Amino acid sequence: MPHFTKPDEGSWTEHYPELGTAPVSYADSISPEYYELERDAIFGRTWLNVGRVEQLAKKGSFFTKELDAARTSVIVVRGMDDEVRAFHNICRHRGNKLVWSDFPREETSGVCRNFTCKYHGWRYGLEGELTFVQQEEEFFNLDKADYSLASVQCEVWEGFIFVNLDPSNTTSAREHLGELGKGLEGYPFHEMTQVHKYRAEVGSNWKLFIDAFAEFYHAPVLHAKQAVADESTKLQSYGYEALAYGLDGPHGMVSSWGGMAPPKDPSMVKPIERVVRSGLFGPWDQPDIAGLDELPPGVNPARHKAWGVDSFVFFPNFMMLIWKPGWVLTYHYWPTSYNTHIFEGTCYFVPPKNARERLAQELAVVTFKEYALQDGNTLEATQMMLESRTPVDRFPLNDQEILIRHLHASVRRSVHEFQQQSAKTPARDRHEEMRR
Amino acid sequence: MSDTPVIPAAFADLVPFAGWALPTERERYNKRIASTMDQLQSFYDTLFPRLDDAIAHIDQFPLDDLPDDAKHLLWICCALVTVSFPVEVWRQARVPDSGASSFDAVLEPAV
Repeated sequence: MPHFTKPDEGSWTEHYPELGTAPVSYADSISPEYYELERDAIFGRTWLNVGRVEQLAKKGSFFTKELDAARTSVIVVRGMDDEVRAFHNICRHRGNKLVWSDFPREETSGVCRNFTCKYHGWRYGLEGELTFVQQEEEFFNLDKADYSLASVQCEVWEGFIFVNLDPSNTTSAREHLGELGKGLEGYPFHEMTQVHKYRAEVGSNWKLFIDAFAEFYHAPVLHAKQAVADESTKLQSYGYEALAYGLDGPHGMVSSWGGMAPPKDPSMVKPIERVVRSGLFGPWDQPDIAGLDELPPGVNPARHKAWGVDSFVFFPNFMMLIWKPGWVLTYHYWPTSYNTHIFEGTCYFVPPKNARERLAQELAVVTFKEYALQDGNTLEATQMMLESRTPVDRFPLNDQEILIRHLHASVRRSVHEFQQQSAKTPARDRHEEMRR
Repeated sequence: MSDTPVIPAAFADLVPFAGWALPTERERYNKRIASTMDQLQSFYDTLFPRLDDAIAHIDQFPLDDLPDDAKHLLWICCALVTVSFPVEVWRQARVPDSGASSFDAVLEPAV
């Protein structure tokens, strides 16, 4: 008997019949060839979240973002007109990477009035216009207007900055995020400017880490030791059931109960949590800002009393967790090869007013790290065995793992659609199109 | 700053643990995994009963303008959070089943 109501079809998975219920293959996660397809079909033409507007606090603030999967690096910059723009991070002269410091592969940030190439000193304004050419008279009929930085589509949604590397894209970032995105509009993201960001190099395909964070079925088992013993035994005997799942286009979400904020019985939680009043679900005391009592319709969509966290999987590689006590955690998965990726986990809190609040946030952040270290290591073990191509190649997924089924189906669909389009358009035309 | 970070006089019993006054989570975590369980336990046993007092002491000052000794005490309290996991849960300095995986802070608040 489920603890929480499922759709009339009897399961969340069957509520979305196109998903099927058959065991799935992870062939999409173990081959260099498939990853090359994903780079063009997905990362080269889907809106990607590269940061937040708070990273561009002033006119001239910029940061770079390495988008290996999309075969580029971008500069994201706030212009003198306060517009946020993005450019390919390449000097128009000889193709040097324009903005970097010390190590060409490392991301950087700062504030400037123009971008100067380290190689020959060509300069570009914040709107990408070429403003200075060293020994310009030595060139042949060079019109600076022809050599602006190559711009990249860039849009801001609820303070999140998105880029799209496909010049022929005609869908806005907001449209791309669909109903699940719209349902979050109005959430006070802009108040959550206290940031703790973590980064890890993970030895697995990017999708496998999304899979790990897109289901909570694993939580009572893998993380059993993180709860006090009695609580752990109880959690494992209950297993895990979500309050609700939602799918829209390639995106998905799970709404979950939980969060002991504060717990009914203090002995359920660890001593440090009792004193600091915080834990995995965040500080127990909700910050005093507007917008947390009346949540947008997409948050806690079931309007359940036991609600603790919503976890959104925005295709392809951006997850957002909105926690009941009023903070946000984002995950980004940046592929670097078919079996490696860079994971970023970023915690956003309302700035603490005092040391007590600061420590409560620290405990939430450190708890997240302890869990993530366990999750990350499990992934290498999964990748290794999937790659071994043992005779086992079909794996069952239960109803609480619907978002995994959906993610892999969305990837397969994107790759398939791209292949069909490519077959229709000869490669040369496509490149011409890109250039225009 | 001298080798031993200054901490508030009322917390003189924490002087042996002043080395935990480290400004970043990465440094605090590195110190944790370089410590023995006995060292972690003794730090925890000394500070944990005084954590509420320590917080009350720091909160006499505005968070964005802490005197150095209070700032060090806050970092030591943050270190207690880091150390609470091995002491309360893992019974070892490292996260179990975490193998070679690493998870590094690349951005965190100044204080």
